[in-house]
Amino acid sequence: MNQNNTTMPTAKSGGRRFRNDVIFIAALLAIVALAGLFVFLFRQPGDTVVVTIDGEHYATYSLNENMTVPIHTGQDGEQINVLIIRDGQAHVQEASCPDGICAAHKPIHREGESIVCLPHRVVITVHSTSEQDAPDIVT
Amino acid sequence: MRHKSKKIAFLGLCAGVALVLAYVEALLPPLYAAVPGIKLGLPNIAIIFILYRFGLREATVVSFVRIVAVTLLFGNPMTFAYSVAGAFLSLLVMTILRKLDFLSIVGVSVAGAVFHNVGQILTAMVLLGTAELGYYLIVLAITGTISGLLVGLCGAMAVKRVFIKNI
Ligand SMILES: [Zn+2]
Repeated sequence: MNQNNTTMPTAKSGGRRFRNDVIFIAALLAIVALAGLFVFLFRQPGDTVVVTIDGEHYATYSLNENMTVPIHTGQDGEQINVLIIRDGQAHVQEASCPDGICAAHKPIHREGESIVCLPHRVVITVHSTSEQDAPDIVT
Repeated sequence: MRHKSKKIAFLGLCAGVALVLAYVEALLPPLYAAVPGIKLGLPNIAIIFILYRFGLREATVVSFVRIVAVTLLFGNPMTFAYSVAGAFLSLLVMTILRKLDFLSIVGVSVAGAVFHNVGQILTAMVLLGTAELGYYLIVLAITGTISGLLVGLCGAMAVKRVFIKNI
């Protein structure tokens, strides 16, 4: 029953594992850097904000108009996230959720960026309505 | 029989340590709140310790107890689903890598931390029906690597130094 298999690694196997750790982490970071570069190169500025509640479309707003939108959720609408659109950026001013992560999120304006309020199941995502939102890549 | 109850008591103690670490983490200022889900994952120190000292079964039980306790104390049903998915994907990946035995605890911990975030993001994508959340993975993979390093170093130290007789 007792798996006391915490044998001390020999110097040799310890060195090998350490080298593998370094390779593994470097490979991981390289993949992430590539993905980040890809996103950075292909992401366009967005022009609308789409709000979904529980995965269902709730409303779409233009990023070009300043406005304040209280988003009510919950059975009696007792939960609230206040969405602010100002100067082409969207952020959550205040929220009644327990974690407050959505209100702490930095303002968003690039396509695909989103603010999530997990407790209230609210997602605010920037979209682009321009026709060329997916550049055609001819291979 | 004595050994078994001693082991259960010891695992309970580990769950308590994981809970305290979760509480300590909740007290830290949220300077990384720009993206949801960025956490140090301090409770994983206890989980990694158990995974290496006992095995997957014990680590799973303690992880689950910890998540239930944290949810009851500071969470809600949504964060529960999210935490469970992250914790189990992370445990699964760490168990496989540990069996393959080509990384040290630190490397395994980094993979565990990154897959913790992958599990959470996938759950959020399913629960909230938005594919755009995939963007978060890029940020979370980097922060996961850093926190995984820290957690792995602490976990390795615990595995090396903490011994209890007859367990
Ligand atoms: Zn929120």
